[in-house]
Amino acid sequence: MSEPIRYVFQVDGDDFMSAGTASADVKKILRQLGFSSDVIRRTAIAMYEGEINMVIHAHGGVAEVEISDVGVDIILRDKGPGIENIELAMSEGYSTAKDTIRALGFGAGMGLPNMKKYTDEMHIETELGVGTTVYMKVLAK
Amino acid sequence: MTTHELAQRLGWKVLISGEDREVSRGYCGDLLSWVMGRAPQDSAWITVMTNINVAAVAVLCDVACVIFAQGAQPDATLRERAETEGLTLLATEDDIYAAAVALDRVLNTVKTE
Repeated sequence: MSEPIRYVFQVDGDDFMSAGTASADVKKILRQLGFSSDVIRRTAIAMYEGEINMVIHAHGGVAEVEISDVGVDIILRDKGPGIENIELAMSEGYSTAKDTIRALGFGAGMGLPNMKKYTDEMHIETELGVGTTVYMKVLAK
Repeated sequence: MTTHELAQRLGWKVLISGEDREVSRGYCGDLLSWVMGRAPQDSAWITVMTNINVAAVAVLCDVACVIFAQGAQPDATLRERAETEGLTLLATEDDIYAAAVALDRVLNTVKTE
């Protein structure tokens, strides 16, 4: 592909029924474009974790995805409460999710660590009471 | 060994008959965030978690099928999503450990000393 392709997905807040639809869509697109299964899997996992985070903590948000020959750029923007301590949030096992969320199988404190693990670059901008933006990049090779 | 052959060999109930995929090995886990980062592609995932997010994780991880252990019953929304995605759902009365042992007797993938 010569020009990067951009997609924008609305992630519905508090709706676990549709959580994962944006990442499933991106997965299908990447498969059609012939990306390697490793890139597809890493992108899908990182993006799904991001979607779930937005549903659990921020009443949803927007996912912007740009696909080029270089790889996949994902920007997740929400207007949630912000992250108080990023370093703590990035440590495996730390979670502020409620018991109702844990009962669904989430809130293991693996979301952000998984996102970092499966992407080549990750960067978080957050402001308390304003929202959080997560930038992620998965390189094609 | 494919997912459908597996069900037949082990006498596991087919809840949703999706794509008949080759199974590479087994994987056990209920904590979705944990499973998502670790379930191998093409594995048969054994769990007792039964909500719709199981389908999302299964599809994203590209597992071959999901096996519900110890009589755990997937809810209607999960069955629906599995049907749409062509994901095979199996069920057994065995607990997770017994299901995993039975699975490995057929697949013979776990190497012990």
